[in-house]
Formats: sequence, structure tokens, C-alpha cells
Amino acid sequence: MDLVIARPEGLYCPPGDFYIDPWRPVERSVITHGHGDHARWGNARYLAAAPGEGILRSRLGQDIDLQTLPYGATLDHHGVKLSFHPAGHVLGSAQVRLEYRGEVWVASGDYKVEADGTCAPFEPVRCHTFITESTFGLPIYRWRPQAEIFAGIDDWWRQNQAEGRASVLFAYSFGKAQRILHGIDDRIGPILVHGAVEPLNRVYREGGIRIPETHYAGDFKKSDPLLRQALVLAPPSAAGSTWMRRFGEYSDGFASGWMMLRGTRRRRGVDRGFVLSDHADWPGLLWAIEQTGAERVMVTHGSVNVLVRYLREQGLDAQGFTTEYGDEDDSDDLPGADQPGADLPGANQPGADPEPREEGP
Amino acid sequence: MKAFADLYGRLDATTSSNAKLQAMQDYFRDASAEDAAWAVYFLAGGRPRQLVPTRLLREQAMTAGHLPEWLFEESYQAVGDLAETIALLLPESHHSSEEGLATWVEDYLLPLRGLPPEELAARLPALWSRLDRQSLMVCIKLITGAFRVGVSKLLVTRALASLAGLDPKRVAQRLVGYTDLSHRPSAAGYRRLVAEESDREHAERGGQPYPFFLAHALQAPHEQFEALLGPVENWLVEWKWDGIRAQLVKRDGALWIWSRGEELVTDRFPELHALAEQLPDGTVIDGELVVWKDDRVQPFALLQQRIGRKTLSRKLLEDVPVRMLAYDLLEQAGEDWRSQPQHARRSALEALLARSPSPLLQLSPTLTGRDWQDLAAQREASRSLGVEGMMLKARDALYGVGRTKDMGVWWKWKIDPFSVDAVLIYAQRGHGRRASLYTDFTFAVWDAEPGASERTLVPFAKAYSGLTDEEMRQVDAVIRKTTVEKFGPVRSVTPTLVFELGFEGIALSKRHKSGVAVRFPRMLRWRHDKTVEDADTLATLQDLLQ
Ligand SMILES: [Zn+2]
Ligand SMILES: [Zn+2]
Repeated sequence: MDLVIARPEGLYCPPGDFYIDPWRPVERSVITHGHGDHARWGNARYLAAAPGEGILRSRLGQDIDLQTLPYGATLDHHGVKLSFHPAGHVLGSAQVRLEYRGEVWVASGDYKVEADGTCAPFEPVRCHTFITESTFGLPIYRWRPQAEIFAGIDDWWRQNQAEGRASVLFAYSFGKAQRILHGIDDRIGPILVHGAVEPLNRVYREGGIRIPETHYAGDFKKSDPLLRQALVLAPPSAAGSTWMRRFGEYSDGFASGWMMLRGTRRRRGVDRGFVLSDHADWPGLLWAIEQTGAERVMVTHGSVNVLVRYLREQGLDAQGFTTEYGDEDDSDDLPGADQPGADLPGANQPGADPEPREEGP
Repeated sequence: MKAFADLYGRLDATTSSNAKLQAMQDYFRDASAEDAAWAVYFLAGGRPRQLVPTRLLREQAMTAGHLPEWLFEESYQAVGDLAETIALLLPESHHSSEEGLATWVEDYLLPLRGLPPEELAARLPALWSRLDRQSLMVCIKLITGAFRVGVSKLLVTRALASLAGLDPKRVAQRLVGYTDLSHRPSAAGYRRLVAEESDREHAERGGQPYPFFLAHALQAPHEQFEALLGPVENWLVEWKWDGIRAQLVKRDGALWIWSRGEELVTDRFPELHALAEQLPDGTVIDGELVVWKDDRVQPFALLQQRIGRKTLSRKLLEDVPVRMLAYDLLEQAGEDWRSQPQHARRSALEALLARSPSPLLQLSPTLTGRDWQDLAAQREASRSLGVEGMMLKARDALYGVGRTKDMGVWWKWKIDPFSVDAVLIYAQRGHGRRASLYTDFTFAVWDAEPGASERTLVPFAKAYSGLTDEEMRQVDAVIRKTTVEKFGPVRSVTPTLVFELGFEGIALSKRHKSGVAVRFPRMLRWRHDKTVEDADTLATLQDLLQ
């Protein structure tokens, strides 16, 4: 029997009578991680992995009805055994394992296979059916080790500093920004952040993740020479806004998996593109799928058709799941290409990100 | 290879001319003369013939990644650039080659041409393993002849001139013919480009033409000309001919004909060879090659047909006779006249043609008008005369290089292109910079008037230029929302968008469902104010045929 089916409200588990990352308000929701399109406002009850509690409360409200479970612990609900396992995507992100009458399904949410020190690393979980994302489901996407990317950011920062310019790096403010802060060499100079980034830094620090000292960029005057030494982390929506004026002449960069392509780098119009993603690349997706030992694979948001066809040719029983975690065809839309998600619940709350979508989070 | 790939990266990453100049100067300053010679060649638009068939490169990328062909195609669609796609799919190397561009081109790449596929399949992976990904992509672009990076020849000229402390005009002169297929870049050749000026240089120029001076489009309404251009008396006005821009060079008893692309086309126009007898040595004339019959210029399409032929039969030469319409004199008695004012060059040209009259070489007549208003009225006759509008040349302007504006300006004042309101029905992804946007559109008009019991939209033109980046993004968003079906890279959409489409010409066509073929269509305006029902009909297009 299918332990998860697609319903208009979201991915639904019939024997357990709950939804995983529903996009419409439901009674019982199981949340894989705190990105805006996976964790939505308005559900009566939430269940999530324990390390994600701080994020979920800061984004959805302190008073949501949230129950948490440590990674690996099991909860029995209507005979469905449910447990969370690290997805390595952002702080608190989890794969959801469901077991019912000997049948095991795992829903990945979003995941990344390279460990980064800001969240528990991805753990493959054996299952019969694996529900995978496919954001970067094309063989052109192959990441370099993150240490190289951070070294590249460090070099760029040093170079700008030598030339007396601020280094403004645009990055999605939940997850990507903290990963960068954790990975770069903070001895190079002062680090300034946009108001959308700092509240998340706080949650990470409270979760025991090492995030170097950061200052709120708004506290500095344009004339302050410190600005020209600084690395500035800002959400993509800040690009072109009046907020940027304080930095005078600056160099800008953008950190995203989409920066892999020359066309998107140019379209973004920044000086530097850093290829850094919190999603699995093509080899990562294939590796993760193989590790689960699943014979059946359900593919969600991203390059659904491509991955389904490819897996079928490899002899797996694969099919697409229609979800509202971002449109496959818009997956090459960069963050900031659209209007900030003013219409999304939570957008006006403190700490909420003005960018609802990352790389199709 | 790394240094050149880095240069490519810098040029590709910026739209600022100054940043591009700086990047080129940095490269040339450090590069050996051998490497610089090839860099100039590629940057200025030189392309060796394709060295390895694209199909083979694709197969290698597929084999390396164990990818089926459909997946390669999906990847290509996402990337929009073939060399980039292949470079992304080939295994990534952890090395990068410090060997120079010249070594790569001469020792590794050029020898690949003509090798049997098995040999190539064996050799290429060894080359790839020595290149980082950016170098690999640039290298593949060199191999496939698709190397293009947003710098003009003029910008390359400026970079070299400022580095060598030379007049850019001198460098431009030396660069003529540099990118010819027959020319092989060399260290000595590069040194000649940047060498100090010598007295002998002018005497040793052989059949070389001068760099062409190019016109800019004038878009303003004529009521503003007085304010923009000053009084009409300061301008030399001619028709804008619809032919092939060319220079006639007569030196040392021989005649050369060069097209605007600095391509030697002497052989294509045997009827003009008689001019070698007529013109004195040390003469260079700038003008337009046109088909001339029954005392008037004939449509460009005829000239194009002739260019397409491999052999020129006597009948063809009789049926489609070519003449040169002369409008400028660049060299007289072996002396460079480009620094003489326009009016002086014109007088000298008139005097020259009066001394050596030939029906093969006619003066492009000048036009006079009381004022701009008067000229605008005369310009209305353009279409019936078979010309594209008027050329305005400042009487005291010098003859510049390319699109320079500092020594005077040539304006092309073209007649309003034909225009209709058309409906967007298909969209295709763009390439390169616009790979992720739908930017190439197919437009349609109705086959019957509004109110007809049944009418359908008939596609008649494709266009991709004319919108701002912002409009592109908006249109792209609408296309994604209104998609009906996808056929590979193409989407059909529910018709909702109306654009004013301009084009340069229109002709009957049996090949097109609409029965007409339009030339150089482009989007003039997005008609937010019009609904799909308001768009034009085939009858409107047919009316334009006269
Ligand atoms: Zn997601
Ligand atoms: Zn996510």
C-alpha cells in the first residue's frame, strides 16, 4: 500500500492521517525543514525534528502547536512508526521515515549530501520507497568541494579589501548565509549582515553552531572606513535597493547552485558567482537514491521529468509527484527574480526572510 | 590556456567597456607575442574552420557521463550554449594548463583537423585532462569555431593602441585582414601590430583597404533635427543604398575589392575588373555595390542571389549586373585622405570620376533641401526609389574608424520600417546570456477581419530583439503562466500578448503559410493597450506588398 499519496493539500499519509510539508492548512503536519515552501503557517499541529524547533518557532510564531522528536527516535501513530533522520540541508532539516506493516517509505524533503558543520549530516536510510527532491536534477550540476568555494570567497574578500571596497555577498538568509559564515575565514575582517540574516544567526548560535561575530550593517554610517574592509551578507532581495547605497563602491557576489551556469551568472549581473548550494547535485541525488536501496522512487520539485526518466532507464520504478514546492520550470529563476513574497504567511514577521524561495528550497 | 580563459572570464563577466579594456591590457601586457598574436586573432573575430566535428564532442561528453542522448539535450536546453554544456558534462580535471594560447592552438588544436574519429577519440581526453573547467569551455569554443565574447574589433584596437602608445587608427589599419582565414597569427605579426610607426609602413600596404567608417542610426523625429544636428547646410545628404558596402583599392596596377567584413571579394565581381584600367594608382574609393538595371537600383535580394552562386555565368552577369556607387575617397595619389574633411573628399571624388568616367563606377548623388522638413518630404520617395532612406554626413567630418564618433558622425536616417500589430503565439528559450528566458518569439496575424464567423491566427514572423531586459522578464513570466503545450524548447501559449512588429521589407512567399516573408522583423513596442482581437490581419500585410 502507498504510505504517501499526493493530495491537493500536500503529501498525505493515509494510514497515519497526517501530511508532510502541506501547502494548505491541515490538522496534522509533519515538517521536514523550515524553508518557507515546506513549513507553512496555519496548520493546527506540527511535528518536526528537535534541532529545527528554534527555526520553526522564529518563522511561524512562538506559540504554534509544535511537537518535536530527536533524530532517530520513533513515534507510533495509528500504527505508523515515524522517525526523523538528518537531511543535511539546513539546521533541523530531516528526512521522514514511515513504517507500516513492514513497508518503509522515506520522504527526503530537501537534502544535501556534503556535510557542512551547520547541521547534522545527511544519513541514508534504507527503504522500499524513497521520495526525493530533484532541484538540481541535471548532470550539468556537479559541485566542487565547499572548502574550495569558501577559499574563493576569502580570496575575493581579501582582494576587495586591498582595493578598499566592501564585499557584498548575496545569499539566501536561512541556511546558506549561516553556512557561509561558518565556512569563511573570519579573521580577514569585519562581517556585516542585513537585518533579514541576523535573527537566523541567533537561532544557529543558540543551536550550538559556530557563527562568527556579526554586526548589523544598518549601524554603520556610509563614511565609516570599516565598511570598505567588510564582508556583507545580504538576501538577494537587497540587490538594487536603497539599503545598498551605504556601501559606496563595492564588489558584489552571489552564492547559489544556479551560479553554475554562465547565463544565470550574467543574468544576475554580479561581479562574482559562487557555486554553493544546499541541495544535492546530480551525483549526490543518484548516490542518495542508491544508498536507500529503494526500488521505487517518487520525484518531487525540480527536474522531475528528467530524473524520473533517467531512473526508469536504470531499472527503477520511478514516478513524479506533483507538489507545490516550487514549479519545475521556475527552478532556474534566481532568488530575487520575483517580487518578495509579501503574500506568503510569515513574510511580515520579524526574522522572516523577504525571499520566500531560494533555489526552489 | 589558463591566462586566456581568465581573460575570457573577465570579459564575459562585465558589460563595462573600461573593464573590458583593462582586462585586455592586463592580458596583453603579460602575454608572450605568440600568445598575444592568437588572442588578438580570436578577440577580433577570427575563427579557424571547425577543427573537430561537434557531434564527436557531444558523443564524448555523453560517453564520459554515461548519459543517454535525451539527457544531453535536456542539459543543453538548460545551459543554452553547446561548448559550455559539453564542458560541464566532461569529467572535471584538477589540473589547469599554464601553457600559452599559441602552444595550445598550434601544437594541440590545429593538428586535430582532419584526424579520423578514432584518433580524435583517443587524443581529446588527454587534452581535456589538462584543463580546468573554464579553460575547457574556452578550448571547446576555439575548436568549434564558436568563440565569441562581447568585445568589438574597435575595443581590441583601443587596448592595443593604448598599450603600444599608438594612434588607434594606425592599429586598426594594421589589423585589416588579420582575421582572414588565410592569415596565420604569429609573434612577428603581433609585433608588427604594436610596433612604432615607420615611414615605410604606408608604402608597403599592398592591397589593404582602410577600416570602414560605420554609420549610426538616427531615430529622432525630423522636427528635432535642427536642434540635434544644426542647420541642414552643414550636412552632406545622400540616399542610403541597399547593397554591399565596399572599398575599391587600386594600387600598383592592380584592383582589389573588399567588403565591409574586410573580406576580399574581387573575384565575385568580374565586371568591375575593367576599373583597374580606368583608375589611377593610389586610389581607394568607399561606396556601395548594387545591382543596377534600367537606370535604377534593384532589390537587395537579387544581389544576394548572385553572391550565393558558386560560378558566375555570362548570362547571370548580364541579367544581374553590379555597379559601384561611389561616395567617398579615402586615398588619392597614394596619400591617405581620411583626415580631410568630408566636403573636400567629396569634391576630390567628383573630380576623379569626371577625369575617369565609367558606367561601372557612378557617383552616389547628393541631395539638397531648403531645410530638414524639405528633406523629410523627399525621403518619402525612398521606398519607390528602392533605397532605405538617407545618409547624413557632417560636411567637416573626418573619416573615422568603425563606429567612432569623435571625428565626426555618419547618420543613417532610415525610412520607417513597415509595421503591424501581431500576436505572440510561440516562445523559445534564448541562448547565452538569455538561456533561461523565453526570448525568441513567433508572431501571428488574423486571417480574417474581426466579426468573421471563424478566424485563426497565422504565424508570419519570428523576432527576438527590440525589448528591454525588464520587458523580457515580464514577457517571460506571462509565457510561463500561459503555456499550453511544450515541444522541446518551444512553448505554445494562449494568445494574450500583442506587439507592434517592425520589418525592413516584405515579399510574396510560397514557402510560408501566411504567403508573405518579412525581412529583419523586430519588436517595436509592446501594445499593452491592444487586445488580441485588435491585432492586424493578413490583409494588412498584403496591402504593404505594393
Ligand atoms: Zn524544497
Ligand atoms: Zn529547503
